[in-house]
Amino acid sequence: MNSLQLPIGEISEQTGHLRTQIRDFLQQEKEHGAFVPKCDTWLSGFSADFSRKLGERGWIGMTWPLKYGGHERSAIERYMVIEELLAAGAPVAGHWIADRQTGPLLLRYATDEQCREFLPRIARGECYFAIGLSEPNAGSDLAAVHTRAEKVDGGWILNGSKTWTSGAHHAHYMITLCRTSPYHPEKRHEGMSQLLVDLTAPGVTIRPILLMTGEHHFNEVFFEDVFIPENRLIGVEGNGWKQGMTELAYERSGPERFLSTYPLLEELINQLRKKGDKHLIAQGSKLVSRLCTLRQMSIGIAHLLEKGESPDIAAALVKDMGTKFEQQVAEIARLLIPTTPSTNAANRLDQLMAQAVLHAPGFTLRGGTTEILRGIVAKGVIA
Amino acid sequence: MNDVTKILIHSTTKIMKDVCTKELVNEAENGHWAAELWGILAESGMTTVAVPESLDGTGGSFTDAYHILRLAGKYAAPIPLAETYMSNWLLADLEMPVSTDPLTILCNEVEPIQFIRTQDGWQITGKAVNVPWARYTKQMLVIGEENSRSSLAIVSSDDALIINGQNMAGEARDTVILNHAAVAESRVFSIEAKQVKEWLLYTGALCRSVMMAGALERILELTAAYTSERTQFGKPLHRFQAIQQHLAAMAGEVTAADIAAQSAIAANEHTPASKAIAMAKIRINEAAGTVAPIAHQVHGAIGFTHEHILHQSTRRVLSWREEWGNETLWAEKLAEQLMQLADNELWPFLTEPVVSRQG
Repeated sequence: MNSLQLPIGEISEQTGHLRTQIRDFLQQEKEHGAFVPKCDTWLSGFSADFSRKLGERGWIGMTWPLKYGGHERSAIERYMVIEELLAAGAPVAGHWIADRQTGPLLLRYATDEQCREFLPRIARGECYFAIGLSEPNAGSDLAAVHTRAEKVDGGWILNGSKTWTSGAHHAHYMITLCRTSPYHPEKRHEGMSQLLVDLTAPGVTIRPILLMTGEHHFNEVFFEDVFIPENRLIGVEGNGWKQGMTELAYERSGPERFLSTYPLLEELINQLRKKGDKHLIAQGSKLVSRLCTLRQMSIGIAHLLEKGESPDIAAALVKDMGTKFEQQVAEIARLLIPTTPSTNAANRLDQLMAQAVLHAPGFTLRGGTTEILRGIVAKGVIA
Repeated sequence: MNDVTKILIHSTTKIMKDVCTKELVNEAENGHWAAELWGILAESGMTTVAVPESLDGTGGSFTDAYHILRLAGKYAAPIPLAETYMSNWLLADLEMPVSTDPLTILCNEVEPIQFIRTQDGWQITGKAVNVPWARYTKQMLVIGEENSRSSLAIVSSDDALIINGQNMAGEARDTVILNHAAVAESRVFSIEAKQVKEWLLYTGALCRSVMMAGALERILELTAAYTSERTQFGKPLHRFQAIQQHLAAMAGEVTAADIAAQSAIAANEHTPASKAIAMAKIRINEAAGTVAPIAHQVHGAIGFTHEHILHQSTRRVLSWREEWGNETLWAEKLAEQLMQLADNELWPFLTEPVVSRQG
């Protein structure tokens, strides 16, 4: 059996000053009315202004090289900044994908020229990316991707479509996984490449898919004979599957996998404290202990990532348990304080509760469903 | 983890694998004292870890001791290792030399134990229930009162009336009756009872948490192995998605339990009675309640038999989650701290570093 033990990692004391800086900044922004804390803001909290302010302060692309506009801070310092942003319910959706996974992907596979073109703009908080993985007939079974690019003089012609694309209507570019060789049922993972697609290019159509609440975050993106210049291939032609999988490892173990409903938990504890009932707070404190353990697991993984290891199985575990926890927060909160959840309620707890409950179904779907993750974990445990 | 700790883990694992067999654990449940296992551990200094050599201890850190304890839990060792550590640490605190004998502490007293002064010492009277391993110990630490003064006494176990009892795992949890037991002056110490009892509660909870983390790891190992060996419908169990879902759920709980235990051990080096211990006991108790039923479900009927080894670990975690505080007790301890916070201070509370900046 594979050992799943994770190291315990403190967020070291050198980051202490940084934590104070970001807390002060967030406090000021809230006081100026720049944002109202909400649940699930890394998907739904878009603010171009806020993204730019974070860029100005050096809090996007924190770990990237200086020459690409990064700040050469440690992965643990970045971890600290993003957990503060999420816990505060700040509007970070604009740059989130670009900072979390596009940047690391480009640094690993892109050319120097490509890095120079895109990374500084991402780090300034001015350039957003969308994920181009899922398709109408390739969801959990991602290797069924059929979007195809045909080689032409000076580049490719891209045809096909992507779906469930969060924030495509705000994003400037998409890293698109597509077939550059014909689909072969026995070699499904071969012949795929990643192309960096300009979403304003002729032939690209973006259509909203509204969430069940009527909110617009998801999109369908269609490609009709879109010309992709040669210099927009990321990495190696045919290596797209492997590159895409690396991208997923960054996606699964971060604090956004257990903090999506944190603003609700905080308000719950605030309200319970006002009621002064120790037994009810005790119920809430069980959630607090679960959250602490998840955070320790996630930080343990961040330490392993920084050492260059790829703890895929543990990352899948964090996402599985973390997203379940995000759902539990609402389920337990509603039993401790009676609420009348509504997204336009005047009462903060009612509002946060509605946000948590209505966004909850997505938590255990996005970035790999619970069922797929558990398959990965089980195979890892047995191997 | 430093090299000394690694060596300790390595040699303890070897001792446990060689000596602490399924048969030994079953025999212990039938009333046989695991003398050989205790003897080997005592000889190699494993029972007096984290006590300075000047007090006849082995030296080493508390972290070392907790790593040994984790392995004792993993292999279901039927010995009072946790209780002996706790007793030895209390003795060392009183600057008393420790010994390699099995010891226990008179917790769970029915009513306050009475200390009565005599011409040449003390007489101690009282009753405690569910005292771990009392019948196998040489000495017990007894905390009690004389008028309103609190004292701790080292009492010879021969001077106590012991009525055998057991927990769900068949581990000795005895009733101890002291009826005017005579104790020499030199073996009675004045203490702050409230402080010592608080220390016992937190340390006891940390010991059981660490042991449970070990036992849960064993349960996952047994279950993973079983799903590879057992074939139904022409394929091993782990090839079925329903079983994979179970395995993953277990693996998550076991990993969470492990990191909760490790964090509490680390925090304890700096702040005894830390919130990390409260959180660990809550989280690991919850894990026990999830993991044990899944392990039995996956093992099917064979795992429900005495013949199979699984019950040695599942009955232990299900017993230990009740000892030194269930989830409710610890959640209320944590709630007391949460009630002291101001609005929106939960996040700073959660992210507070274990090592304070001043420390």
